[in-house]
Amino acid sequence: MRFRDYLSLFLVIILGFIIFQAFDGTIDNGLNIKQFGEVNLSERTSIHYINKDVNNESTQIIYNESKNPESGSANYVTSIIANYRALDTLGEITVLFIAAAGLAFVLGDHNKNNAFASDASFIVKIGVKILFPLLFLLGIYIIIHGHLTPGGGFQGGAVIATAILLKFLAYKDYKLNHTGLTILESFAGISFLIIGLIGLYTDGSFLTNFLANGTIGTLFSAGVIPIIYILIGIKVGAELSGIISNLINA
Amino acid sequence: MAFLNQWAYIGGSIILILIGLFGVLTRRNLIKIVVSIGIMDTGVNLLLVSLGYINGGLAPILTATNPTNNLNFVDPLPQALVLTAIVIGVAILALALSIVIKIYENNNTLQIDEIRGLKL
Amino acid sequence: MMILSYLLILLMIIGALAAVLFENLLNSIISLGLISLIAAALMFILKAPDVAMTEAIIGAGLTTSIFIFTLIKINRGDSQ
Repeated sequence: MRFRDYLSLFLVIILGFIIFQAFDGTIDNGLNIKQFGEVNLSERTSIHYINKDVNNESTQIIYNESKNPESGSANYVTSIIANYRALDTLGEITVLFIAAAGLAFVLGDHNKNNAFASDASFIVKIGVKILFPLLFLLGIYIIIHGHLTPGGGFQGGAVIATAILLKFLAYKDYKLNHTGLTILESFAGISFLIIGLIGLYTDGSFLTNFLANGTIGTLFSAGVIPIIYILIGIKVGAELSGIISNLINA
Repeated sequence: MAFLNQWAYIGGSIILILIGLFGVLTRRNLIKIVVSIGIMDTGVNLLLVSLGYINGGLAPILTATNPTNNLNFVDPLPQALVLTAIVIGVAILALALSIVIKIYENNNTLQIDEIRGLKL
Repeated sequence: MMILSYLLILLMIIGALAAVLFENLLNSIISLGLISLIAAALMFILKAPDVAMTEAIIGAGLTTSIFIFTLIKINRGDSQ
């Protein structure tokens, strides 16, 4: 190790000491960070998301019985991502789009050569032939059930991208249709914006829920949340597949 | 044991962030630097999730076995933020790696002190 | 359960040190995948199943393969 390495180690240790002080819940450092596991949820914003009473309409929520709650998703994480903080999510998928576009810009769209010299073995090819539709179906299932079970657009899109990665691993000449990917991606992004604008027109705020919520816990419930999550799934799946395809064929 | 209870998750993820920072500062190979950034990414995500944990809490999903909103759920907000941050993280890593590929094509090396224009 | 999670955290820190300190690039990339996989298990213990799914699919699967494709590109450039 050289002098520069020791200096970096020293700086990192000092910084670590400061960060540990900030996260120590036993001393009063003005940051109001509690000890691990002793968070009082009633002091946080999340309690309104859990009780679904952001608009001060306090009601008891019961699975499979409550009709038309404020946000109809049984999965609280989904109701935050696709409803309460959907504007944040719109920003996030914009960042994802810019990163994917930047990668395509840096690498160039030449399709000049493949990463692999030959096809994979016979067993791998047959295995991929069986696995690919099953993985694709699993991705679609995860996306559609995003408001009931763990999962949703981000996870399902990533599963679909993994299925396409398997195709690339098995066949050396496998190519994706980049025009089709671009059309899918633009369609998803523009539909997301249009749903937001419809909410702005009908209820006066961007990306608000303008459909009936239905009974919490059933498949056809939660208003615009499943639609938004399906669009996010299409967009994430297309973008991650595009990233993989660009890296392999660079 | 009480000390471990309090510090295992938070301390572990902060140590992960610091190891990543040390790697970014001292490694010479460009791919090693991107790997260190990935380690920092994982550490930050784990830290945010552990800040929302409640002792004995339930996963924040209404199901047939956890049917009402009066139960002791963990904080769903950090989970929602981390969920999107992970997907952004992989896109950023892929962008960084594409720049690394281009640097390698132009300079034929991955060592940062041999790249023209970056010499100290 | 608590002892298991402490052991996983210890393993994760060892993996991070290995990823930073190994000389071989492939070893450090595999260590990064190991860290993501253990982080997914820890997030499941922390009652965050959504995040655990995402981390397992993306962190352990896609990130590792993207790194390995980069390695393939660079090694093939070496041989030419």
